[in-house]
Amino acid sequence: MHSTIRVYLFVLIMTVVVAVLLAGLRELWKDRHEQNEAIFNKKAVLAAIETKLGDDVKASKLPDLEVLSIFDDKITQKVVDNHGQVISKEDVESRGYKGGLAEHVDMKKEKKKPAEDRIFPVFIYDDNGEKTYIISIRGNGLWDEIWGNIAVKDDFQTIVGASFDHQGETAGLGAEIKDNPAFPKQFQGKSLYDDAGNYTSVVVKKGGVRNPDYEVDAISGATVTCNGVTDMLYDGIKYYMPYFNSISKS
Amino acid sequence: MAETAVQKREAIFAFGKKERKLLTDPLNDNNPITVQVLGICSALAVTTLLVPSIVISVAVIFVCAFSNLITSLLRKSIPKQVRMIVQLVIIATLVTVVELTLKAYNYDVYKQLSIFIGLIITNCIVMGRLEAFAMANSPWKSFLDGIGNGVGYGVILIIVAFFRELFGKGSLLAGSPLEVKIIGATPEYFINTVENTMFGWYQNNNLMVLPAAAMFLIAVLIWVHRSKNTKLVDIS
Repeated sequence: MHSTIRVYLFVLIMTVVVAVLLAGLRELWKDRHEQNEAIFNKKAVLAAIETKLGDDVKASKLPDLEVLSIFDDKITQKVVDNHGQVISKEDVESRGYKGGLAEHVDMKKEKKKPAEDRIFPVFIYDDNGEKTYIISIRGNGLWDEIWGNIAVKDDFQTIVGASFDHQGETAGLGAEIKDNPAFPKQFQGKSLYDDAGNYTSVVVKKGGVRNPDYEVDAISGATVTCNGVTDMLYDGIKYYMPYFNSISKS
Repeated sequence: MAETAVQKREAIFAFGKKERKLLTDPLNDNNPITVQVLGICSALAVTTLLVPSIVISVAVIFVCAFSNLITSLLRKSIPKQVRMIVQLVIIATLVTVVELTLKAYNYDVYKQLSIFIGLIITNCIVMGRLEAFAMANSPWKSFLDGIGNGVGYGVILIIVAFFRELFGKGSLLAGSPLEVKIIGATPEYFINTVENTMFGWYQNNNLMVLPAAAMFLIAVLIWVHRSKNTKLVDIS
């Protein structure tokens, strides 16, 4: 009996000490963690317009301050709903995203909502009047979720660039969508429509590209991930269509 | 009185032959990877590049040394019935500290290593040393034993990563400011396989990027190690 109490007491004290220590550290570094995460996400957005940033610029290698200054000077953030309407900052905040900007919208949470309730971030990169629209998309790979940022030219037909990331695709196979720079590079200059003007999005094609306008080569050995990318592009870009149409009309 | 205290302190932090053996033994005769074949999982997973290998080695040295130290300090008060749980909590706490530190000060490496940092908890080397050594030895000895085993593990990891990165990617220390590009098809590489006709045939070996390559490399390391160290060969 005596030793049972001792065991309980020991475990209890240990748990309290460990909990206080870890919670303290987490609290201490909370701002730093959030800042790092924000910069990481911003780099992913910039990766889609790497070609616009200058020759041989790698978004992932940009110094943190430069990333922030590009975002401050050249990028306008907007949040749109399913009907293409721009949503106000307060409205975004009321949906639980503190800060209310596009960068604060969590696509992971949005993906779980029914399609008509979702909101979508848009980053507009303004290079001396020439606008590029960067949109965020999210879908499913083989093991877990995949996501990406797609930069679209202001004709709303041509892709400027793309960047992808994933939760847990196989290294060397599915993970190549992120690790192999040649894969996202293929998307540069692709069209979202076929010759007849039908929306095709971009198709990741196994066994050779037949329509170079809107097809890119798949990664061998990663068929499920590549089909996931195709579906993600098709659905993800479609959500932004009402917004694109509303701008091109005005 | 004061003299005995000094003497006692010297005894606690003694660094004689025995202590030196604690540090060097895991490097050679008792290497956690090539002799005890522990911690293979992470050795296969993180060694595609040198930088994450170095980071994880430092993390394991830290976790191993301090979990040994803390366990040894507590060894007389840890109730026998829950000792494994207590050890696990100590390891998990230290690993979480490492994870939080990386997340705050080197986010890129944190993203790169992602789940592997958490997997240090399940690294058999750490728990093995706690159970086999720290529960029965003084704090100072346990601390040295932890460092020794962490280094023994890290050395193998770095050797494997060196070969995998060199032959798999043609570079060394990629992703750090010290990156050296050695062989590849663009001008920024030291040996440019496009211009240098002597190396025109060279291609990066994709097998090296896959975990299987680490398996082969570790096997070769075990082979070399055994041929050099006759004590390890089982003659029976």
